[in-house]
Amino acid sequence: MKRFRGRVKKNRYSVFSLARNAVSYHQDWPEAWRSPDPASEYDVIVVGGGGHGLATAYYLASQHDVGRIALVEKGWIGGGNTGRNTTIVRSNYLWDEAAHLYEKSLKLWEGLSQELNFNVMFSQRGVMNLGHTLQDMRDIYRRSNANRLNGIDSEILTPAEIKALVPAMNVSPDTRYPVLGASYQPRGGVARHDAVAWGFARAADARGVDIIQNCEVTGIRRANGRVTGIETSRGFIGAKKVGVVVAGHASVLADMAGFRLPVESHPLQALVSEPLKPVLDTVVMSNAVHGYVSQSDKGELVIGAGIDAYTGYGQRGSVSIIEGNVAAIVELFPVFSRVRMLRQWGGIVDVCPDACPILSKTPVTGLYFNCGWGTGGFKATPGSGWAFAHTIAHDAPHELNAAFSIDRFYSGALIDEHGAAGVAH
Amino acid sequence: MLEIECPWCGSRDQDEFHYGGEAHIVRPADPDALNDEQWGDYLFFRTNTKGAHAEQWCHSSGCRRWFNVIRDTVSYAIRGVYRVGDEPPSDDL
Repeated sequence: MKRFRGRVKKNRYSVFSLARNAVSYHQDWPEAWRSPDPASEYDVIVVGGGGHGLATAYYLASQHDVGRIALVEKGWIGGGNTGRNTTIVRSNYLWDEAAHLYEKSLKLWEGLSQELNFNVMFSQRGVMNLGHTLQDMRDIYRRSNANRLNGIDSEILTPAEIKALVPAMNVSPDTRYPVLGASYQPRGGVARHDAVAWGFARAADARGVDIIQNCEVTGIRRANGRVTGIETSRGFIGAKKVGVVVAGHASVLADMAGFRLPVESHPLQALVSEPLKPVLDTVVMSNAVHGYVSQSDKGELVIGAGIDAYTGYGQRGSVSIIEGNVAAIVELFPVFSRVRMLRQWGGIVDVCPDACPILSKTPVTGLYFNCGWGTGGFKATPGSGWAFAHTIAHDAPHELNAAFSIDRFYSGALIDEHGAAGVAH
Repeated sequence: MLEIECPWCGSRDQDEFHYGGEAHIVRPADPDALNDEQWGDYLFFRTNTKGAHAEQWCHSSGCRRWFNVIRDTVSYAIRGVYRVGDEPPSDDL
């Protein structure tokens, strides 16, 4: 590992490296990660090169002593849901188990740019969840109080306070679903999705992880109930342990290992507007009038919708979802009615019946699955990787993810976070 | 946008229908005879096929009947539509 620590130091980003490279016209920046050929065998292979997988590889390399680590990704890193979400980060979940896991993730976000020596552009501009009915407000009070009991920051805002923070919002009582109030998490916000993938990739690579792209897993080889390696488009790669974290394709990989999952993969769409001058400096989410919106540093409104009801692996959905979603946004922000939308896309979200993830051992020894994050995976990127790395390294879940086993769907110990998920299922 | 052929009403826009999940999941005749794993499997575990997927749809804004569809979950192309209890259309995908 000495060789890799040296590499970490030499390639450190700083104002000095910026100045040095400016003088040479920025042509001599070292590559941020290598593109090695796969070795014949590793101690641990992480399947899936999204934010969660890259975070897993990083925490395995930096927090645990597991030996040689590889990460395989069928396409390019961060090209799946990591590149398709609406970048919201928060930890305001209802039940203790979920709240603690997402809060662990939020605390990791708070130190992440420094830890990775890579600016992930985490902007703690606050996240508000609007209430439009009396029951919305009761649910909001309940969840806000639960957060505070768990040491997670949460405030209740009146319509006047909301208007002061978000002048563009229509808080008039004369609308069809008037804004009655909101919960607000000041420490929540947004982060740059590509940056967190690249930051974890660079830091994992610097600690010796082989990141192998354009390498699709086609089979999971087992002997006597234990994993022995993965079949891939680049040949067989042996492994003592395999951690699968592939989001929407979880069922496809589970099928290769001979079991099913309680997840279904749905399209989840999002869209961005043309760049605008600053008009929204916090994140606004509404369950009832369905939509969530923030404004990126480029000035684009970043808007997300509910899932398409049908299952789909096409990374796209039906336009009626967008029509309903944008109607809700314009109802909340009448001033956006003439804004032009620039780009629309979809991801593949693996949804669990209780809107909570699976970070679990599986029926196959040495095989671990991290999936089912559904519509809420981005905020959990560092926390998921941290907990999954622990699970793989110790062959046992950490206290923070013990409740998120596949077994809960047999025991009935579901953790219902549909309300906190904030995205229509 | 999907265009779905209701077996009774003909071809209609997706928005007239309600999606009903994976088809051919048979409710156990005697739930009390099942152990937790078998019951949980029935309730929660799904095939989630990437490819030809047999699923249920209801014409909720029309005749309000349920029927089955084979749809490719990658291209979203509908391969066939059949009434509950009928044989699925032949597998020429």
